[in-house]
Amino acid sequence: MSRQQTHRLAVAVFTVVAAIVVVPIIVVILYVVWLGLPAMSWAFLTQPPSNGMTEGGIMPALVGTIVLTIGTALVCMPLAIATAIYLAEYAQDNRLTRLIRLAIVNLAGIPSIVYGLFGLGAFVLFMGLGTSIAAGSLTLGIMTMPVIISTAEEAILSVPQQFRTVSLSLGATRWQTIRHQVLPHALPGMLTGMILGLGRAAGETAPILFTVAAFYLPQLPKSIFDQTMALPYHLYVIATQVPGMPLRQQYGTALVLLLIVMTMTLVASLVRSIMRRRREW
Amino acid sequence: MAATEELHGAGTHRQAKAAPGSRRWGEIIIEGVIQIAGISAIVIIALIFLFLLREGLPMFLDIPLRQLFSTQWYPIEDKFGLAPLLYGSLLVTVGAVVIALPLGLITAIYLGELAPPWQREVLKPIIEVLAGIPSIVLGFLGWVALAPLVQALGAPTGLTAFTGSLILAYMSLPTIISIAEDALYAVPKEYRDGALAIGATQWQTIWRVVLPAARSGLLIAVMLGIGRAIGETMAVMLVTGNAANIPPFGPGIFFQPVRTMTATIAAEMGEVAQGTLHYNVLFGIGIVLFVITFAINSLANRLVGLSGGRRTRGGQL
Repeated sequence: MSRQQTHRLAVAVFTVVAAIVVVPIIVVILYVVWLGLPAMSWAFLTQPPSNGMTEGGIMPALVGTIVLTIGTALVCMPLAIATAIYLAEYAQDNRLTRLIRLAIVNLAGIPSIVYGLFGLGAFVLFMGLGTSIAAGSLTLGIMTMPVIISTAEEAILSVPQQFRTVSLSLGATRWQTIRHQVLPHALPGMLTGMILGLGRAAGETAPILFTVAAFYLPQLPKSIFDQTMALPYHLYVIATQVPGMPLRQQYGTALVLLLIVMTMTLVASLVRSIMRRRREW
Repeated sequence: MAATEELHGAGTHRQAKAAPGSRRWGEIIIEGVIQIAGISAIVIIALIFLFLLREGLPMFLDIPLRQLFSTQWYPIEDKFGLAPLLYGSLLVTVGAVVIALPLGLITAIYLGELAPPWQREVLKPIIEVLAGIPSIVLGFLGWVALAPLVQALGAPTGLTAFTGSLILAYMSLPTIISIAEDALYAVPKEYRDGALAIGATQWQTIWRVVLPAARSGLLIAVMLGIGRAIGETMAVMLVTGNAANIPPFGPGIFFQPVRTMTATIAAEMGEVAQGTLHYNVLFGIGIVLFVITFAINSLANRLVGLSGGRRTRGGQL
């Protein structure tokens, strides 16, 4: 076989392999949409489950997931952004900084079920929060931190160095420079990372298993110290724990969860591409 | 803000001379808070380990090692042999890597070196979408749709290690592809130009020049993919059948139900009373998982340092 033939064969094989990776993704999404759509209705989204969860809607789980996502954002955003500012603007290249980076890489790699154990040990039992929205938000928030730190740091670092130099040379302090020059320009990138991170958190099941999720709770939570239903756990429950559960409801629930997460991913990439076009440097 | 935070900030402030009084104090506080936040990641990971130890240490103290390594996982009879769970996790992860490795690396090479730009524009967002699909949704599909297919292939049941591996492989593909692509991208353009200039085909350039130059980055991609696979919980719990036994070695080894460490924690924690040995053992399994992923990620992080300070994460931006 000549060298050119080898090249052509390689390209052909690689194209097929790339298709093997990508086609199932499309099939999976279309499959869920196709089988989930018949369940979609206003009542499905706004009614609590009824008749042993085999009828009715998913309203409490939907609300629970939204509440948990907001809670997650409140927990992780201030800390993650402060950490990112520290790493990008203040940290020197020394042993401490390398240790911080090692910690972040490892936080990102800890299995979600281990976060669930930590949340159970630390927030539910030690801090006495009980299985509650507070405990679940703290657990999810800490789990989401590393993603948001990495993307926020990258966004801050992508602001050109001249912006800082000019601001400092005009007599602005370091913090004034960060506050008025760096952060506004880094905002779109930071926003993208946050939405992506929160989208992941919204779809997580393992961290909320022992920290917040209720099997069946038709009424809405009244405070952050109450349990709540959540979509990912609800999907797990109706798929495996409820005998005689109609498949239509299961696919419907999966579709709603998928739509929430994919909408957030989509919004994130929209923010990114719009801001990229507007960028002045 | 508390007075203690002001104290922390005072030593770190350097350029306050020109600023008027109140603003200066405001900045000192803010910069102090930022410095403290900087080390929060270290504090958090230490806390996670401490809390796991607090609840899980009795497993290592109260159960003889010989029993921990035995093959009998019968928590009701106080038999806590971890071997079947370790074996289950290992089997599913190995299967996932065997599937994901060629798919991921080849796709990364295709996207980075061979694909026309329009294909890249279409394919990369699709792979990003895969990264965003919740594991419970994939697990659910594995449970209702993929398992019957696997059974139709002739396995005694559809809920097998192979079913888990297949789903895990796809779940770790976005990680592997994105990091491997970064690694390929980091290979200097001069290498490619040089090879092409002396008459190599594009394929020879990729195979003999680009891949060897990117090998440490590719290794990192594989390691982080493994780390992702071994810690996955919900999808695996739904599709691997959760039988805590060691399937006999043979050609059908991947087509037996197994039970992983992660699935064991998720399935049993809800049913145990706090403070029982069983409860401690589930936290102990958490410690084992923590240590395994910590080792993999630290090693990968070290390799990143060795291969020229590139960063492993944030490939999306």
